Amino acid sequence: MILAVLIIYLALVLSLGILSHKFFRNTGEDYFVASRNISWFMLLMSLFGTHMTAFSILGASGEAYRKGIGVFALMASSSAIIVPCVFLFIGTRLWKIGKKFGYITQVQFFRDRWESNSLGLLLFIVLVLLLIPYLLIGVMGGGDTISKITENAIPQWVGGLLISAVVLCYVTYSGMRGTAWVNTFQTLVFMILGGVTFVVIIYRMGGFSTALSKVDISLLRQADHIKPLELLTYTCIPLSVGMFPHIFSHCLTAKDVSTFRYPIILYPVCIAIVWVPSVLLGILGNVDFPALKGPEVNTVLIQMIRQYAPGILAGFLGAGVFAAIMSSLDSQTLSLGSMFTNDIVRPYLRKGGKEQMTEKQQVWVGRLFVIAIISITYIISLIAKPSIFRLAIWSFTGFSGLFPIVVAALFWKGSTKHGVLASIFSVIVLWLYFFLRYWQTSGYSVGGTGIMPVAIIIFVSTLTLIIVSLLTKPPSSETIDRYFNA
Amino acid sequence: MKTTHRWILYLLLVVLFILHNDFWFWGTSQIVLGLPVGLLYHILFCFAASVLMYSLVKFMWREK
Repeated sequence: MILAVLIIYLALVLSLGILSHKFFRNTGEDYFVASRNISWFMLLMSLFGTHMTAFSILGASGEAYRKGIGVFALMASSSAIIVPCVFLFIGTRLWKIGKKFGYITQVQFFRDRWESNSLGLLLFIVLVLLLIPYLLIGVMGGGDTISKITENAIPQWVGGLLISAVVLCYVTYSGMRGTAWVNTFQTLVFMILGGVTFVVIIYRMGGFSTALSKVDISLLRQADHIKPLELLTYTCIPLSVGMFPHIFSHCLTAKDVSTFRYPIILYPVCIAIVWVPSVLLGILGNVDFPALKGPEVNTVLIQMIRQYAPGILAGFLGAGVFAAIMSSLDSQTLSLGSMFTNDIVRPYLRKGGKEQMTEKQQVWVGRLFVIAIISITYIISLIAKPSIFRLAIWSFTGFSGLFPIVVAALFWKGSTKHGVLASIFSVIVLWLYFFLRYWQTSGYSVGGTGIMPVAIIIFVSTLTLIIVSLLTKPPSSETIDRYFNA
Repeated sequence: MKTTHRWILYLLLVVLFILHNDFWFWGTSQIVLGLPVGLLYHILFCFAASVLMYSLVKFMWREK
């Protein structure tokens, strides 16, 4: 039964992706940013679905199992205020600039904004390296979940292969439009199925109040598991959306700037809809499974499904997890394909400033890169260790550390390429310092104070950007006029 | 008037950010409306964020 539900779900996703190809215009702009023609509802669903990963379903319940209700404040309600603000103040401006100058990737914008190819190349390398663990987590997490839900009837490598193959088909065939259509469907699926799972399990546990009364009281308050400084500095993590290449690509797909209005307003509500059931089920998992340790805590939701709702609901949960994973994986691979095509291949093939690639060639190069990225990710997922899941928070930390760059690009005329280069180097150095020393330490904070490394990295990268920019020469007045006075 | 309105909205944004750090419910596990009060507070916080975003969007788009 579980297998049947999963196969039907994957067939639906594939059909939708292939159906969207009917509207394909065979141009680079259409393949990478859907001709900038996406409506508000699809923009909301694709932005939200891309941002939420399997972590929002399985990881959130696992964290809540250990830390209680504080996880909602830490990871969900902080995003509820920060992410819409990033879309409002940054996303809308990026859309306007992208539309005006025909940009498809962040690197194109930053390279022109600070008149520096080397800056563009460095940023390209950093963004790609930070995105790779994120992709791996998706493929590995999906395979692992399916093998656990089906009690190893489907091995992990088959689950990962299924996810990779389906994403590969609709992303290469239909590009951004297929991705946006499928994301819309998948986001609705994991929002609805999360709610259904919650209601069924609570009902079978004898009602919410009864179940909650059996939980250790320390999980119902924040003081015992989360430090106040942790809550404060954790709000830096959602700033990463300002630098995610896949979120940037989705922002460019909007039909016009007003398309952003409803996504900005409704984003906090969507966060509550997905995270409240995940966090509560994680806490209630302590009633029946009180002794989960280490990575096992992330399986708490799966164990509850097995206990209270096996069969078809387990299949639905599997579909929900597939949905959460694929709705991020597709956008990430497409954005990487887009970056390789538009930031590396196209600029280096240009002769005397003239474009050498036809629109059709751009689409095919993008497709080939998507195939290569998914294949390499899948192969690495077969040999990578499960401890790679800890990389998620470090990947977010790196992207957040780069956030001051996009702010400077949009709001500070006096920012210089040397300031930005210095800022990127400060992020690399600090990130490597914290990562190499502490990535194995679960819940690490600076000196045990609760301060997250991300806050230190953002502070230093901002300071470096300001000081070095003040000491060096800003871009030409033509460039400043282009972006600020037009 | 427009500038005042804009700054009031920005100020509300800062206030909401400060309110995110709910140290007043830090040590309590009291149940309100069937939910732990700390969780209920942050669920309501999400809705308050949505209302503020509505005001910001309405104002900024009218300005455009």
